[in-house]
Amino acid sequence: MNVAELAERVRARVPDVAVARGEATVLVERDRLIETLGTLRDDEELRLDFLSSVTATDWPGREPRFRVVYELSSTEHHHRLRVKVGLPEDDPHVPSVTGLFPTANWHERETYDFYGVVFDGHPNLRRILLPDGWEGWPLRKTEELGGVDTRYHGAFIPPVDRRTT
Amino acid sequence: MTAGRARGDLGTDERVTEIDELSVASTHEIRQETMVINMGPQHPSTHGVLRLLLELDGETVLSGEPIVGYLHTGIEKNTEYRTWQQGVTYVTRADYLSPFFNEVGYCLAVEKLLGIEAPPRAQVLRVLFCEMNRIASHLVWLATSGMELGAVSVMLYGFREREQILDIFEAATGLRMNHAYVRIGGVVMDLPEGGEGRIVEFLDMMPGRIDEYERLLTKNPIWIQRNVGIGALPAADALALGVTGPTLRAAGVPLDVRRDEPYCGYETYEFDVVTRDAADCFARYEVRIEEMRQSLRIVEQCLDRLREPGPVMVEDPKVRWPAQLEVGPDGIGNSQRYIEHIMEESMEALIHHFKMVTEGVSVPPGEVYVPVESPRGELGFYVVSDGGNKPYRVRMRDPSFANLQAVSQMVEGGLVADVIAVIASLDPVLGGVDR
Repeated sequence: MNVAELAERVRARVPDVAVARGEATVLVERDRLIETLGTLRDDEELRLDFLSSVTATDWPGREPRFRVVYELSSTEHHHRLRVKVGLPEDDPHVPSVTGLFPTANWHERETYDFYGVVFDGHPNLRRILLPDGWEGWPLRKTEELGGVDTRYHGAFIPPVDRRTT
Repeated sequence: MTAGRARGDLGTDERVTEIDELSVASTHEIRQETMVINMGPQHPSTHGVLRLLLELDGETVLSGEPIVGYLHTGIEKNTEYRTWQQGVTYVTRADYLSPFFNEVGYCLAVEKLLGIEAPPRAQVLRVLFCEMNRIASHLVWLATSGMELGAVSVMLYGFREREQILDIFEAATGLRMNHAYVRIGGVVMDLPEGGEGRIVEFLDMMPGRIDEYERLLTKNPIWIQRNVGIGALPAADALALGVTGPTLRAAGVPLDVRRDEPYCGYETYEFDVVTRDAADCFARYEVRIEEMRQSLRIVEQCLDRLREPGPVMVEDPKVRWPAQLEVGPDGIGNSQRYIEHIMEESMEALIHHFKMVTEGVSVPPGEVYVPVESPRGELGFYVVSDGGNKPYRVRMRDPSFANLQAVSQMVEGGLVADVIAVIASLDPVLGGVDR
């Protein structure tokens, strides 16, 4: 199945499908996410049964501000589909897909760790790469590179653009 | 005073009996409890800085939870603050045992956004270095697993051969790791004078060496006892947990990005996707050993194709790196001839150089996900551009990160000693896990 056929097939299930650079992307509402991923996984021709990656992007000033991005692929047909969910700034909650794809566990923890997106129903939503006591969501665009207290004898390293050689 | 009397009292029979009763009672109590221990993050068998929280009942593992993040360096965030070309030098440092794969995956993603393709010779060089890198990476896996399970000679042999590969890398890229050799639009430079010869020598030597490892291990009773039937991970569980690469193929699932979604012309190379059905540590060992042989096959085909000369970088001056680079004593740098050219001969060349180095390439807005088959499985790059000269988002789907989740399932119910074999068989690289 080429990408146009894939998009056509997906469109029968979810209306908002776009194809760019040979990759198909679906936009869904968060309350339909679980249902949609389940359908895509179990559809006989699609069989999008493997979740490669979950992550997010941050677009301050846009509505919705956050996009959670799921990369699905088919172990049978070897095609791929991207599913995106928009989340508003004041309510970055999305249902966890760990019930459908156990591998989402760590990917969702990482996304929570970096963006502060809360995955409702996640069995163990804690920070994963950063220390438990870390404050802030470092991959949000509003956070600068650096600029954190290194917590070593009170040393402080300012962000790159504020460093004076 | 009191202590002195107590010590004196110990001599009497009465006292000794009391102590015996006490210790028997306390041993009995301990048996009721489970023990929670930390394995790592500083432990020679954890392949870097992995920490495992093990709950033990005697020698039996009740649960094992991997805890990661000790090597987090913010590579993804950093790429958002550098030009597209500089991104290569960041991503190459993630999984430090497979730098070429990181570079190739990133560059393929950016090239897809730009809508360009590297010239054929550059693609052959990418495949060549990736496959050499796969052998080097599998050799480190073999060496460290051997060491952890008591086969120290295998460790020495593994690192010995890997050193020869790193020498070839150093001759071609100036560095043993973190090469930044693959660039957007191609590779930095062609093979050095005599480079093919060194690879041919390696190809002649290596099959015999792989046979030697097999003679040491495959029928070795200790190796078999430590690996056969250990750390089972059936195909369905592996897929649900997002496990890819040799660990998945050892469970009988022939998934390989090189075959399923070919890149860099992999569809034109002859090689087998190696699978085994046992889904245990031994099957993973067999898969990796055989994969080294397959990689040698691919490298051989690359050398044939390299007889055809050609450019190794796209011609478009708006994409290609302006400088002529050469390998110096500390890696790749500008060639003397090029510096003379921009400093003394051509003002336009200097302006162009300055613009490309400081401002870099602008990439049309969009998003792509590009997977490559790294030695550990599917290494995916989700790259977003907002049209600027820096990436808006780079996410590395590192196979070690996804694979590590399977550790809990693989160690539960087994023995403490098997935890070592299980981690070794997964071959995680924490630089990739933590990024």
